[in-house]
Amino acid sequence: MAHHDAGKPLSVNVEKVRDATVVRLDGEVDLNVSPKLRAELKALTGERRPLIVIDMSGVPYIDSSGVATLVECLQSTSRYKGKLRLASLSKRAAGVFEISRLDTVFSIHDTVEEAIQA
Amino acid sequence: MAPEGTIQLSVPSDPACMTIVRALVDKMAEVAGFDEDQVFRIVLAVDEACTNIIRHQYGGRHDQRIDITADLGSGGERFQVVIRDYGDVRDPDQFKGRDLRDVRPGGLGVHIIREVMDEVEYSAAPGGGMQLRLCKSTQRE
Repeated sequence: MAHHDAGKPLSVNVEKVRDATVVRLDGEVDLNVSPKLRAELKALTGERRPLIVIDMSGVPYIDSSGVATLVECLQSTSRYKGKLRLASLSKRAAGVFEISRLDTVFSIHDTVEEAIQA
Repeated sequence: MAPEGTIQLSVPSDPACMTIVRALVDKMAEVAGFDEDQVFRIVLAVDEACTNIIRHQYGGRHDQRIDITADLGSGGERFQVVIRDYGDVRDPDQFKGRDLRDVRPGGLGVHIIREVMDEVEYSAAPGGGMQLRLCKSTQRE
């Protein structure tokens, strides 16, 4: 699994694309950075953003703490009838959702554009 | 020829160290003969075991110790990792996953470990703390 992105700190970039809020993640999402991601997503759900798309193309690795953070965000958005969609998962990140049986719970799309238009 | 024998690693219970653990386990599983997908799953299982220790055995403290001992597959049949902590002794029966139909954050780590590894044994470690023995056959399924 060796890759050049291993160990780099997670960066979280938020931008508006039409009606969607696209959150681009870069780096591994593990116990070390999940609190940071949780805080960023909580700020967005606190503003009741109607559609949040997580661009995971820059995430080579995610563990169960990262997945739990996204489950929490999914539950927050559904409470105010908002939507959370995931886009561009690496094969490994997709594998974690499959093992956790959450691949059918989340709305998962091949590209950010597809997630915005879904 | 694949290396044989045991590799021992001692790391602080700091989540920032887990990326190092992952890189090492990745390489060890690779030389033990697993394919890319299996390597990734083993890395995930060991990572989940370590983060469980940090959260539950050490209550989030970063200055405790986690020992990881990997047996690279003497005899070439199985890859074994023992992950040991120095926290409280617990009832091994508590080490179980939850019902995944109940969608909620948390509680996924043990499920992932059990899903990925062939053998999972949680027991009191000699001299205190707990140890988790994870084993996976290197024979292709």
